[in-house]
Amino acid sequence: MAGSNTKQVTFHLRRFEPGKDAEPHWEDHSIEVTPGMTVLDGLWKVKELSAPSLAWRSSCRMGICGSCGMLINGRPRLACNTQVSELGSAIVAVAPLPNFDIIKDLVPDLRPIFETHREMLPYLLRDDTAEQEDPTREYRQTPHELEQYLQFSYCIKCGCCMAACPTVATDAQYAGPMPLGQAHRYDSDTRDAGFDRRREVLAGGSGPWRCHFAGECSQVCPKGVDPAKAIQLMKRQLVSDLLRLRRRTPPAAVAEAPHGTMRDDIPAAPPRTVTEA
Amino acid sequence: MRDRTLWTWHIGAGAVILVLLGLHMVIMHLSGTLGFLGVQDAEPTGWASVAARAGSLFFTLTYVALLGAALYHGFYGFRNILMELNPGRTVRSVINVGLSVVGLALFAFGTWAALAAPGAATMAGG
Ligand code: HEM
Ligand code: HEM
Ligand code: SF4
Ligand code: SF4
Ligand code: FES
Repeated sequence: MAGSNTKQVTFHLRRFEPGKDAEPHWEDHSIEVTPGMTVLDGLWKVKELSAPSLAWRSSCRMGICGSCGMLINGRPRLACNTQVSELGSAIVAVAPLPNFDIIKDLVPDLRPIFETHREMLPYLLRDDTAEQEDPTREYRQTPHELEQYLQFSYCIKCGCCMAACPTVATDAQYAGPMPLGQAHRYDSDTRDAGFDRRREVLAGGSGPWRCHFAGECSQVCPKGVDPAKAIQLMKRQLVSDLLRLRRRTPPAAVAEAPHGTMRDDIPAAPPRTVTEA
Repeated sequence: MRDRTLWTWHIGAGAVILVLLGLHMVIMHLSGTLGFLGVQDAEPTGWASVAARAGSLFFTLTYVALLGAALYHGFYGFRNILMELNPGRTVRSVINVGLSVVGLALFAFGTWAALAAPGAATMAGG
């Protein structure tokens, strides 16, 4: 039933089934779009009405799990975080993220970036294993220290930046903005002591050296992470280290238990002298 | 050598080029301005000026430094571009060795030219 607020929109979808199709091909499905509908909602509608075998990846439908990265009208975006109306077009073209192999239809094979991510040791590296396994308290960190890596920790590993990066597209060795951004997220965390171990990977060919700072990755990131900035900061850290200019500080220690302070200068409340009339 | 080291030299060479090529261009093209300041009055690319600079230790040193910096910077940058064509292991080695050999040969030739220049200028009666 077409209401006055609905609009007819064509979903132009790239389909590919390995083993059956030799090449990916495009398929059109016309659906009614209501205000507020996201591209992900549209895909569900297409699947329900005309393409039951259509495959994609999604889970949270609220921009937090990072599974629904796709190429929407030529741009890498999250399907659940993109309203059809904001595209301003009667055609919504959806393809899997480029720079990856296709598993089926809109499902890219993201394993290579997760493997590269793992090589960056993306977790706190410290010597105090006992404390880490069985924490007594939190590690001490000031709000200012937290800010040094906070925005990089918002990354949901959706791969949009990897699809947008011209260097990832042309250089098989280059680790790319997501893994490098995450390596820097830990290298810039004052609780971490893993700089030397991550350097083993980062000083080599997969490190930040072939990033041309075009900034496509930061432009495209749906979470407002700025991986291009992380990469330039990482270059500075690694080059300072090479030139022996990097200041080495031990990782933050376990915070002391708050012992509280008694204030004995607080005046006592005066006795009440006003009486009710 | 590790990419971090090569890249650091690339940036360092860029800074050296910035200064020395700046000097070079000022001498070659802003002679009017310099003359105005009373620094120089001859034609900068004329025989006499070139020969005079060739005899100066300072200029000889800056020629060799600029030559080395520009060659390293340019060849490393060219290597970057070639590496983005995803060469295999063998081609990669060929590129590394090839560019190093050609770069060093050009550096040796240019250095020889810079060092031999004063003698050549004297022989030509400059
Ligand atoms: C004012 C002097 C110069 C400065 C400050 C400078 C700086 C730079 C910087 C910062 C980069 C890195 C860009 C990136 O990683 O994307 C670069 C790359 C490059 N430069 Fe220079 N440069 C200078 C002069 C030159 C000259 C005279 C040449 C030629 C001999 C040259 C050739 C190259 C090449 C081939 C690249 C590599 C481009 C690529 O990786 O795609 N540069 N330069
Ligand atoms: C139109 C611009 C240029 C002119 C007219 C020019 C002219 C000259 C001249 C006359 C010399 C001989 C030395 C002297 O008399 O000082 C020279 C040497 C040199 N120039 Fe330039 N030059 C120009 C641009 C450049 C550029 C763009 C570069 C590097 C990227 C460069 C790099 C060198 C080097 C390395 C030497 C020393 C070579 C050696 O002695 O082995 N020049 N140039
Ligand atoms: S940096 Fe942004 S675009 Fe890249 S994977 Fe993380 S959230 Fe996605
Ligand atoms: S800034 Fe670096 S990592 Fe980001 S898109 Fe450009 S080349 Fe890729
Ligand atoms: S479905 Fe989770 S980010 Fe889109």
